[in-house]
Amino acid sequence: MKKALKPWLFLFAVLILYGLTGLADAGVAVRASERSLGILLQVMPIFLSVFVFIFLLDLVIRPRTVMKNLGAASGLRGWVIAIAGGVISAGPAYVWFPLLSDLREKGMRTALASAFLYNRAIKLPLLPLMIYYFGLLYAVVLTVMMVLASVVVGLLTEMLADEKVDEFQE
Amino acid sequence: MHYRESAAKTLRSFFYTLPLMLGIILLISLVLAVIPPEMISALFSGGPSDSLIGAAVGSIAGGSPVASYVIGGELLSAGVSLLAVTAFLVAWVTVGLIQLPVEMDLLGRRFAIIRNALSFVFAILVASLVSLVLEVLAA
Repeated sequence: MKKALKPWLFLFAVLILYGLTGLADAGVAVRASERSLGILLQVMPIFLSVFVFIFLLDLVIRPRTVMKNLGAASGLRGWVIAIAGGVISAGPAYVWFPLLSDLREKGMRTALASAFLYNRAIKLPLLPLMIYYFGLLYAVVLTVMMVLASVVVGLLTEMLADEKVDEFQE
Repeated sequence: MHYRESAAKTLRSFFYTLPLMLGIILLISLVLAVIPPEMISALFSGGPSDSLIGAAVGSIAGGSPVASYVIGGELLSAGVSLLAVTAFLVAWVTVGLIQLPVEMDLLGRRFAIIRNALSFVFAILVASLVSLVLEVLAA
């Protein structure tokens, strides 16, 4: 099967699931559809801007630049970029998978891709909301712990994922 | 500058990712419509396994942190421990079972499985550490 068809088959399968859910309980399918529309309207501008970003990156940034700033020898600078990028980036994590895929092709370190995704848990604009629900002290402690954990998770992901690359492919 | 090649590459990537993203959004919404917050709070027993349950529940759907704050706040009000709620919050944004097929497709199967497994374990570890630190600071 052509690789390009797989995502459309996935979407088709999900739509069939909605159809079946609708037959079983129309209310659930309607609620889910309404929620989907809400998320889609929220996420679409970010999703589109990610692709503008990918286009500009492809146009301007050479793999050598990615290697230097996010590659194996990027050191502390690479960690700072990955952690700050994860914190600043908006929307759900899956919106950023294409960009990370592109950057990894250009030489981004596995540890930094993983740290970027982990730090998506910290959202500066949402801190007031977190403080409202859980308190200032909780928000500060959790944020510090998440940044520290992102480095450990990143390093462990790299250590385990970059070894024996073909094991899961078989 | 190679505008055409970059545009073609970006468009190919866009049309590959678009149905995946739509599928994930639809699936997450369906799961959240089937499992309301009241049903989630009923899963917690008040015992030490609550952090594991919190991380497991948070791992299923995932998505925007805003939703996790709201559900987490409701769980706290319902008497669920801060440890379990923190495990839920952390897993919600760092682990994603529904989005795992897409992550595997775009970032590699091994990377996605290992990253999600580690993030699950760390959701419990981070929750335990946060609870410990808050207890020490409060003492």
